[in-house]
Parts: sequence; C-alpha cells; structure tokens
Amino acid sequence: MRDIAVIGFHQTPARRRVEDLNEVEMLMPAIHGVLDQLDMTIDDIGFTCSGSTDYLAGMAFSFVSTLDGVGPWPPIQESHVEMDGAWALYEAWVKLQLGEIDTALVYCYAKSSPGDLPMVLTRQLDPYTVGPLWADSVSLAALQAQALLQSGKATEADLAAVAARSRKSAMDNPNAQLAWDRPADELLAEPYHIAPLRKHDCPPITDGAAAIVLAAGDVARAKVERPAWIRGIDHRVEPIHLGLRDLTVSESTRIAAEKAGVAAGKVDVAEIHAPFTHQELILAEAMGLGDDVAVNPSGGALAANPMMTAGLIRIGEVFNRIKAGTADRGVAHATSGPCLQQNLVCVLEGES
Amino acid sequence: MTEISLPESLRDVEPVRSVRTPAQLDYEFTAGDATTRFLRGITQKKIIGQQANEHSRVYVPPRGADPELGAATPLEVEVAQVGTVVSFCVVNLQFYGSVMEIPYTSALILLDGADLAIMHLIQEIPAHEVRIGMRVEAVWRDDEDIEPTLESIKWFRPNGEPDDPDVRIPGEKRGTGLGSWPGGVAPTELVVRNPRTGEGGTAEFGGEG
Repeated sequence: MRDIAVIGFHQTPARRRVEDLNEVEMLMPAIHGVLDQLDMTIDDIGFTCSGSTDYLAGMAFSFVSTLDGVGPWPPIQESHVEMDGAWALYEAWVKLQLGEIDTALVYCYAKSSPGDLPMVLTRQLDPYTVGPLWADSVSLAALQAQALLQSGKATEADLAAVAARSRKSAMDNPNAQLAWDRPADELLAEPYHIAPLRKHDCPPITDGAAAIVLAAGDVARAKVERPAWIRGIDHRVEPIHLGLRDLTVSESTRIAAEKAGVAAGKVDVAEIHAPFTHQELILAEAMGLGDDVAVNPSGGALAANPMMTAGLIRIGEVFNRIKAGTADRGVAHATSGPCLQQNLVCVLEGES
Repeated sequence: MTEISLPESLRDVEPVRSVRTPAQLDYEFTAGDATTRFLRGITQKKIIGQQANEHSRVYVPPRGADPELGAATPLEVEVAQVGTVVSFCVVNLQFYGSVMEIPYTSALILLDGADLAIMHLIQEIPAHEVRIGMRVEAVWRDDEDIEPTLESIKWFRPNGEPDDPDVRIPGEKRGTGLGSWPGGVAPTELVVRNPRTGEGGTAEFGGEG
C-alpha cells in the first residue's frame, strides 16, 4: 500500500440558505481555498473527484456545471460520486493507490435549501414499498431513536447530553451554523419535535461546500510539515429495507472500523457524522470508542450539516487537528442514507 | 415468467404486475450572482457577457465560472446582438411541454464578441433553409413585455449579411469545417493550449483565441 495523506482542507462557512450564489459560485471558495493554502493549481492535481446530488439541486447533471470551478481544461482526469464527498475521497484514495498519480483534489457541496429537504431525502428510499409512503428523514430517525430508547441502551437524557456538548463545542468552530451553551436538563424540558426527538436532537439544514487535497509519500511531505496519513479507510453498506436491520446498532460501521484499524492505537479525536443525537451514541459504540476520546470537537453534523459535505468535513476536521499538532491519531466517520445505512471510517495519523 | 406461490389468503387476488408511484418535489431556485447580472442586462435589452480577466474568454450566457481558469467572472462585456449559426437542429417532433409549432429550428448562435454560443430559436426563414455559417440578429419582444429571461429575445432571424464561410469554434481561431482542421486533423488535445500555463498546442493553429 502507498502512503497517502490529507495535506489540505478548506470549507465554506455553513449557512442556512445561500440565495445570492449558484452552486459553482458557492463551491469555488472551497476549491480555491484549499489550492491556495498549498500554493497549488489544478495543473498540479492528478485526479479530481467530487460528491454531490442532483436531487438537492433539482436539476439533472448539476455537477457538470460545478466542474467549471476547477478549470477542467485541457481535459482532466475526473470523476463524480452521487454520495458525500467522503466517498469521493475514497475513490481518489483508490486511484492514488494505483500509483499513476501523486495528488488528488476532492470536493463536495450541496444547497440543501432549495427543496423541502426531509421530503427530498425520501427519494433515496426503496422506490416500491417505502418511498411511496414519503417517510421523511426526520421521522425515520425518530423511529430509530425510539428503538434505541426501548432497547434500554440510551435515555432521552443521553440524547440531550449529546446535543448540549455538540452545540457548546461548536462555539469554537467559526464555520458552525448552530452554536450555543445550554445545560442538558434544560433541553429535556422542551417539547418533542417528532417524538422522541426534540428540535435540538436534529441537525440544521445547511448549504455549504468543502474541499480536500490528498498526496502520496514524499509529495505530501514536501508540501506540508505534518500530513495526516490515511492509515485505514473502509466503507460498508446495509440493506435498503429498514426492517431487515437492527436500527439500534450499526453493523456496517463496526465492520468498517475493524477493517480501517480503529482499535490498532490510541484515538485522540473522533469526528463522527451523526446528524441526529442518538446516532452518535450508536456510532461511538460501533467503532468501540472509549470515554477518553474527544468526540466531535467541531460540533459535528449537529452544528452544521451541509448534505453531501458533512462527511468530508469530518475528515477535514481531524486533519486540522493533526496538522496543528493537537492530535496524533484520529478517526473520521461519514454516513449516508436513511438511519445510517452506509458508513465510512477513516483513520488518520500524524508522524511524530 | 416464474410461477409465484402465494399464501392461501391471496390466491384469488389479482397479482401486482407493476406500480405507479408518482412523485413531485417543489424547489425554490435562485439564479445566483452571474445569471442575475446577466438577466438584469436583458431587462435593458443588452446582452452582457462575463469574463474572469480582460484577456480571458467572454461567456454568454455566463454561468458563474470560467471553465478554463476555474475562476469567477466579475468583468462584464456587452456583446453584439448579431452572430453566426454554429450548429442547429430542425425539430420535427412535438414533445411534452413544447409550445412551438413544428417544424422549427433551434440553433447554437455565436454572438460577435462572445466565446460561447447561446441556444435560441431561428425564425422568419423556412426551417430547411437554416445553415451553419448563417448570420442572424436578435428579435426582441415589445418593450412592455421585457422580463429578466432569455425569452425576452423572441428568436433570431437572418440579418441579410453573407454567410461566414469559416465558422469559428467558439473561443478558437480555427473553424469547424473539415477544411479548417489543421492538416486535416481534428482539433484534439494535441493542439489544445493550456490557458493557465500556456503549455501545449501550437501558435500556428491558434490557441490564444
């Protein structure tokens, strides 16, 4: 295996609704930001991979016009995934492993705001039996939360504690959309939004973009002082039918974490892509994270949840901490699909 | 077809062979900065292209990014309301949502001063007489009907100028006809210049556009 590292990361500030810019205009500052940080241009990039979805834009092939933002001329090596950017990063990592290229640009973005997001997300459900019911994403998450509470593995107070900690951590994150400091017991007094979830158990709706640059071996070392080496990366998917899964556990995350080697060393920081509070509890357990791990110091997806992007941001947040030297080894997680259907786990490490 | 074995209670029920699950989602689309600026020009009956810097391509319509430079296009340049047909299609089929009487002609029109062709209708000429190289001009709606939409231009029509015999590839000096390909070779990557680094291509075949 080749040594591949994250060497740069940039994200746009999370906003509830970006109305003054189209998608490529919103995206460009993320791409330019990461390339400028490294004093690189698209001509220094061997492969470009992006993540987005036409369902959010409400427009077919919307990703083609956003590719203009990188300057893909003369023709570049390029690919796109209809997934969170974390999966685009996985594809770029595989491409780098092939050994033909030394650098890759990964970017992703979403305007989550133009449509009714929970309704738009029903289109990812099984189109024959569940999709026609228009079971919205928040209601499905509430079903999962209810199952978790009934299993006795968590209480509503545990959920509120995740909400309070995440939004408080977000106060140190300049890119966050939701940040506040309120005690968990005060949160419990609030009414249900969709029981057993309260508003603070749910993520904000966010428009935004992010970009990462990957590099191999000495190219990475030449560019930055402390690259964040990808020591393991794996992703797994579970059946689309919710009834075939035990929603109180995340088997796909457990396997991905095992394959990525999460347990092979001390974890200083974990950035978990858990849009709903109860999901963080399920995921932390699946990855076997101990109580000593700093979970979501950025505030996580509860602080800002740009669709197709919040997963890649988790990898970027771990990179930032390794680059700054505040962490030596971290775990980043990304999810996609209803009730944590698909999960990706990435272990990043700085050289001491 | 495979024989399906149903539970007793469903034996007399007509089997489901297909389902219809209609879906409708509504979106609130916003034009963004580049398109907004372009459409504001249209309301003044001006066709205003955009470019990243004064040496780079002029895009009409502007989409927000110069794909050669991967950069925003803050500069505005008014282009001509006459141009050349670089490609066209005669539509002989009625399709859902179309309000046009068939046959009609949809064309890519490279306006003078622009480096990107816009798609619009060609009217006031029989469809079978439309040709590549034909010179055309914009026909606007009445002033009181001008709105921030490209439909404020009703269509393009022949302006009487002689045809352009060597239609340019938008943004390039060479043409689209076989005779204008360098050495009879199609314009491939071999003659494509990198607009950022200046590498590649050949001066002879033009890349500096």
